[in-house]
Amino acid sequence: MRVVLAEDLFLLRDGLVRMLEAYGFEIAAAVESGPELTRALAELTPDVAVVDVRLPPTHTDEGLQCALAARKRRPGLPVLVLSQHVEQLYARELLADGDGAIGYLLKDRVFDAEQFVDAVRRVAAGGTAMDPQVIQQLLARRSAADKPLGRLTPREREVLELMAQGRSNAGIAAQLVVTERVVAKHTSNIFAKLGLEVSDDDNRRVLAVLAHLDQDR
Amino acid sequence: MNTEMPSTAVRARLREVLLAAVRGLTLAVTALPCGVVLLLLTPLSFALIPLGIGLVTTPALLTGVRALADVRRRLAAEWCGIRIPVVYEPVPAVAGPWTRIVTQLRDPQVRRDLRWLPVDTTAGFATALLPAVLVFQPLQLRVSGGGDTYWYLFLPVHDAPTSLAAVVLAALLLVAAYRYAPRLLTAHFELVRRMLGGDERELAERVRVLTETRRDAVDTSAAELRRIERDLHDGAQARLVAMGMDLGTIEMLVERDPAQARRLLAQARRNSADALEELRDLVRGIHPPVLAERGLGDAVRALALRLPLPAEVSVDLPGRAEAPVESAAYFAVSEVFTNAVKHAGADRVWADLHHTDGMLRITVTDNGGGGARVVAGSGLAGVERRLGTFDGVLAVSSPAGGPTMVTMEIPCVLS
Repeated sequence: MRVVLAEDLFLLRDGLVRMLEAYGFEIAAAVESGPELTRALAELTPDVAVVDVRLPPTHTDEGLQCALAARKRRPGLPVLVLSQHVEQLYARELLADGDGAIGYLLKDRVFDAEQFVDAVRRVAAGGTAMDPQVIQQLLARRSAADKPLGRLTPREREVLELMAQGRSNAGIAAQLVVTERVVAKHTSNIFAKLGLEVSDDDNRRVLAVLAHLDQDR
Repeated sequence: MNTEMPSTAVRARLREVLLAAVRGLTLAVTALPCGVVLLLLTPLSFALIPLGIGLVTTPALLTGVRALADVRRRLAAEWCGIRIPVVYEPVPAVAGPWTRIVTQLRDPQVRRDLRWLPVDTTAGFATALLPAVLVFQPLQLRVSGGGDTYWYLFLPVHDAPTSLAAVVLAALLLVAAYRYAPRLLTAHFELVRRMLGGDERELAERVRVLTETRRDAVDTSAAELRRIERDLHDGAQARLVAMGMDLGTIEMLVERDPAQARRLLAQARRNSADALEELRDLVRGIHPPVLAERGLGDAVRALALRLPLPAEVSVDLPGRAEAPVESAAYFAVSEVFTNAVKHAGADRVWADLHHTDGMLRITVTDNGGGGARVVAGSGLAGVERRLGTFDGVLAVSSPAGGPTMVTMEIPCVLS
């Protein structure tokens, strides 16, 4: 699997390259600025891009903008965005095109190499990887007035959180130490309570849940 | 020697008188046409603003008036030693013609310039011309023997007695010129000073406000630094120390007790994650990353998305304000949002940000219980102080039972 990596801090870039290579990824390019990233994404057609939000030369949200622009040119290009802080605002912009294959994680998540690599693979396969903080913010915001959400049991809420992060049933089962069948039962309950259409496609399912959580009342 | 002293003084005086006459005459004949033209064109230009032409001509004319006033202020200092302090409000470099006109017309100094113009073309003209009249009129004196009549000022001169009267008049004028000509020119510039000089009470008030807001700004930033120092000291720093200690222990345990080492490793990783989290919160409190990345509009949108209740944000900002203004505005909105959620018990808030006439205007409305007031020590008082540093103001309308509307205005230029 070929990865384009954009991160301006040498230490982090170097660390990420070593980690991804250790897990068998091929680093097509490791760049440190927005223009370089745009060029690499256009020329190298990677399987997934791992991009820091803040990049030179502007040191604003250059990385995010480059990634969004690249996805305009190549819809569904898998992009995993990393940042020192997560904002619902950015998550919303990343998810706006509805094509999936989007990740948005705090940089801290690289501490757990297994989980991080799993997220990269998921995104590359067209899935979603949303940071737990984004999901918690979404839930906190919605729970205040959302009655259906209030009807979920604590366990179902836990499952919903993991589902919204983009985990598959198998992933959720492993995390909660239960069987996949139990998770499947929870998810169908959740979908019934929230009034969402059940979908067999994992990726569609995540996007539907996120859209439900992020709708404006 | 005794006779030389007075003659030197007289010669110096004569020079002074002549100089005053020449200067006054120059001033009168050069400044009058300019003044009259500007006086006639300025109202015309104002009248043409609705047609669009005035939008172009008005700034040019105001600049012309300012140039005329500038020359007069300089001459006042050079010729009579009368200093006229002047402060114009800066005109935004990048701004539409309408903003430019409004900014200029709001400026008290520009308004004083405009008020001075009619006075200068009348009383100013007279006081400038008078020294010249006093000095040069006697030189035009002719004596008439009879028959033809000519007017010497207000005297009809046609025979010996009237000629004599004219001579006496000319002599009186000369004496008046000798005594008063320089003083008249000074009077002219005194008049200029009266009309163009700023009001001293206004300045004193401004100094008082600046002193106060500066002290507040210094106090606030000192308190902020103390808070940051404490947070770092008790938070991230302590966690890093703990992590270092754990790593040391792990090094020792790794062979003797691998299970315990693994437990400590997990703890060290948790500590590093917590340290990062604390640093992130700290950074958010110093300068929120979204503000740096996207500017005020999106930062407020992001802030609204973090609220536990629905918030509508509408933004109309064609550019970005300076970083300190953005930051002050952001924290002000943040404080008002917090009030709405915590104290007002609102279940909906609205924020509106826009920029007109050189003012950043922010309105935050909530449908809570109302009764918010700006009292010493309250969050709103803090907001008011913070905005004060930028000459910004805060107005609160919060009747009991709600709704609460907080309006903030900060003068600033967007770029």
